[in-house]
Formats: sequence, structure tokens, C-alpha cells
Amino acid sequence: MRQAFSQTLAELAQTDPRILLLTADLGYLALEPFADAHPQRFFNMGVAEQNMVGVATGLAEAGFIPFTYSIVTFSVLRPYEFIRNGPIGQHLPVRIVSVGGGVEYGHNGISHFGLEDIAVMRAQPGITLVCPCDADQARTAIRATWDMPHPIYLRLSKDDKTRVPGLDGRFEFDRAQKIHEGDDALMIALGTGAVEAARAAELLAARGIGCTVLAVSTLNPAPTGDLLAHLARFRFVMTVETHYTTGGLGSLVSEMVAENSIACRVIRCGIKESPGAMTGSQAWLHRVNGLDAESLAVTATAALSEKSAR
Amino acid sequence: MTPRELRKIILEQSKRAHVGHIGSALSVTDIIASLYGGGLNIPGVTDRERDRFILSKGHASLALYAALHLRGFLSSAQLNSFCGDATLLGVHPEHALPGVDFCSGSLGQGLSVAAGAALGAQLQNSPRRVFALLSDAECNEGSVWEAVMFSAHRRLSNLIAIIDLNGQQALGYTRDVLDLSDMAGRWTAFGWHAQEVDGHDTAALCEAYERCKTVPGKPHVIIARTVFGKGVSFMENLIKWHYWPMSDDEYTQALAEVEATPTTP
Repeated sequence: MRQAFSQTLAELAQTDPRILLLTADLGYLALEPFADAHPQRFFNMGVAEQNMVGVATGLAEAGFIPFTYSIVTFSVLRPYEFIRNGPIGQHLPVRIVSVGGGVEYGHNGISHFGLEDIAVMRAQPGITLVCPCDADQARTAIRATWDMPHPIYLRLSKDDKTRVPGLDGRFEFDRAQKIHEGDDALMIALGTGAVEAARAAELLAARGIGCTVLAVSTLNPAPTGDLLAHLARFRFVMTVETHYTTGGLGSLVSEMVAENSIACRVIRCGIKESPGAMTGSQAWLHRVNGLDAESLAVTATAALSEKSAR
Repeated sequence: MTPRELRKIILEQSKRAHVGHIGSALSVTDIIASLYGGGLNIPGVTDRERDRFILSKGHASLALYAALHLRGFLSSAQLNSFCGDATLLGVHPEHALPGVDFCSGSLGQGLSVAAGAALGAQLQNSPRRVFALLSDAECNEGSVWEAVMFSAHRRLSNLIAIIDLNGQQALGYTRDVLDLSDMAGRWTAFGWHAQEVDGHDTAALCEAYERCKTVPGKPHVIIARTVFGKGVSFMENLIKWHYWPMSDDEYTQALAEVEATPTTP
């Protein structure tokens, strides 16, 4: 999605001089499409994320639309208070762009994992979270949201190749996209969580279990109408996200179920505990956290048999 | 506007609202007077080409509110809502209040925002300038030095930082808490053009603002030597006036002292 982001932004910048791209010294082999096309509007801010967000705040007040770029933790957690008091507090169109949600940085370890960014950003009223599921949807989402008047958090993946089957790049603001249909189980996936959720649905289909998968790409506002309509139809729902199970999509869906008295059990799939010092590839980390397709399918099957056992 | 008028409003409002931070507001009163008395070019508070100002030490807001009032940007009714309910005039400035360009209150954020505003002006080929008023203790924050590095690297000569060098912070004297001497030397080492002035001499401050225009290619810092609580004898250099509101007797004496000062400076 990094390439998709950089290319799409470069194209948009051809027609709108307000677009600027700021990076905290990251984006090698990713940001070149923008930097080469618009060198006067590309700023390497150095390894100084707090200053990057502060500068973006001042630029936005002057009429620009600055995009700030770094890895999730450096992009969100380090300058969090700057984001809160600046773009959010003053309703300015700054775009906080982060790459590597979840455990995508694998062997780089927990310092590089984005495990709580959704929770802390979702806690801030006034900023929209945009979490594309794949590169095609990232292009559509950026084109649909780049000039909105309020701040946006854009959570990107490093992966420009993987496509979510059934999504076809579709994005509608505050709508969920149905990427698989079935009557036995419901999965709601956030952003790149949709990749394994879609694969799990295919595994389940091969085993005779029908699964509906909704891909969620915006929070604040969440696609409330779409989610409520589906939650009412199923006995249980699995939320799938590359994030801690606290504070993100799983928490959101639990709140919706509780507040609307829906009889639907919520099974939160995500990173349940701190990965700690032990690290590995993204695939391994997904597997040990039950976030790979096979684990998700097993979870769904177990939940179905629990239901029928009652 | 005169510093005396500003100080009277600061005393009146802090007494009426029964709030502290009086010493901090009195420390920057002459700086604020020099800015809103002519240092800042503000044809109107919504004029896109106005100079921008951020009171990065937001807890001195009462000095800013007083200046906005004397410039006619803030009505008496608004001023009298300071620290009331459903007011935009809290202890720290909110951008939603016309005349306040940026929110502040969390120390260490204002200079980055000002640097962005200055960069924005340069990108738009605008002659507008950006002023940021920081406290000396605020320079404890590492983020200040991120902004200092960035501004020098980008040669933001339309950016002017003013340091309210009163030597005090919330729990003690700056030299005891986290020593920042030599303040000017620290900024020049980072590539800034530095001037040191008497922070209670409005004419000297205005001269310093003008002198910045003659030094190209560098951001500017004005180290303004100030006295915490300036103008009220029993407040000067005393930590407790970071926090304490005034008693009736203290208010009477403070007001009398301020009224007895000459009109200029």
C-alpha cells in the first residue's frame, strides 16, 4: 500500500497544490513516486515525529493539506499528544499516515508493531480512521477522503501485492464492504485483517460452512448501519484485526452489541497479549495469535459446535 | 496599549475569577504589549495575511486576553467570562476564540506549530511573520529542540521565537531544576540568530523585531530577560505566584502599585 499511497498522492498533487508530504526519515523505496514528482512539496523532517506533527498543524492552518508519514508507533504513539492538541483539537486537515499496522514488521520486534494505534485514535472524537484492506482499496480510499476538512488517520500496510478476494478496490465512507457471503458464521474484519478473514471464509466454504465477511475500513464514523444489520442475523460474530483485542474493532463491536441488546456472542480475534521479547515472521506471529486463515476457520468451527451443543 | 493597562486587566480578571498564574502573565506583559502594540501586523483577526502568534506558554493567557481586548478583538463581556462556565476564555488559549491563532497549554508544542506556520508562509511567498512566545522552562522539553533544528535547517527567517527568561518554573528556579544557561548560546549553536534584550523594555523589544528583518537566512530568537511577577513588589521572583490567587488586601496593594507606575514603558 505504500506504493499505492505515494503514487495516488502524487497524482492528486498534480491538480491540488495544497498537498504536502512530510516524512520522519522513512519511506525508502516507497515515497519516491511523490518525492520525484513534487520535490518542492516533499519534506524529510528528520527523525523527529513530534515536530513533524507540530509543523503539519501550522501548515494546515495556513491552508495546506499535509500528510505525515512514518511507521505506526512512531507516527501515532510518539507524537500522540501533538496530534490530539493540534489537528484534532483545532479541526485541521492533517493526515497522519502510518505504515505497518499489527505485527507486519515481524522480526523488527515490538518496538515496530502497531498494536494499540486504533484504540488510541478511536478514542479521539473528530479524527476519522481509514484502514484500507489492500492496495487497490487504499487508492480508492485516499481518493475518497484526501480533501475532507477534518483530520484523518490513514493506516497502511507495507504490502502492495496481496489482494482481498471479493473486494475489488471498493471503498465507501462509513460503509462496510461484504466480501464473502454465507449464513452460518459472521466475521467482521478491520483493514488488513480482511486478508486472512477472506481466506478463512474460503476454507470454511470448502468444509461446508457458509461465512459472511464484512470488511471495515473506516472508524469514527464506523459503518454502524451495516454492522448492526448483520449482527442481528447471527448467533456469534468474530472480529478480526491486526491489533490488540482491547480498544479496536473487537471493542467497538462489543459496545454495539451491548448497547443495542443484540443476542450475538462476540469473539475477538487479534493480538491478545504483548508479544514480548519473542519475535518471528508476520505469518508466524499471526499463527500463534490465531489470526491466520486456518486458525480463524478453527475458531469459527468451534463456535458453531458450541452453539449446536447447547 | 500600555503595559500598565494590561497589568490592570490581568489583576482585575485574576481577582474576579480567583485564579492564579498571575506571576507568569505579569512576566510577559511587556512582551505582549510590544507585540500587540505594533510588533504584530494584524489588519484583522481573520485576515489570512496577518502575522501569526502562538503563546506557547499558554498559562500566561490572561496577558493575551487583555491585549486582544485592548485591540478591540475581544469585548468586555467576553473578557469578563474569563474562567467562567461555557466560556472560550480558559486558563489556556483556545483557537476557537477569534484572535487566538493556535491552541496552547501543553508546553513544548508551540514552536513546532509556529515553524509550520512560517514554512507555510514561505511556500505561499507571503511576507507574513510568525511569533512564538516560550517560557524558559519550556525549553526543558525535547520537542522544542526538534523545532529549533528544523527551523534552522529550513532557514525560516520569518520565524521569531521569544523566550520569557524569568528563571523560574513551577517548582523552583530553572538553574536548580534543569540548568539552561547559556540560553542564547544554545540557540546560536543550533544556527539561530539570537538577540538578548530587557524583556520589560517595549521599545527595545520592538527594535529587536525590526532587526530580525535585516538578518536573512536564519530563524530568530529574542532572549527576553524578565522578572516573574513584574510590577507587583510582593510577587516578583516568588514561586507561589505561579499558583496563588490574591486576597483582597493583596489585590488592593497590587493594583495601587501598578497604577503608580509611569505610563511608559
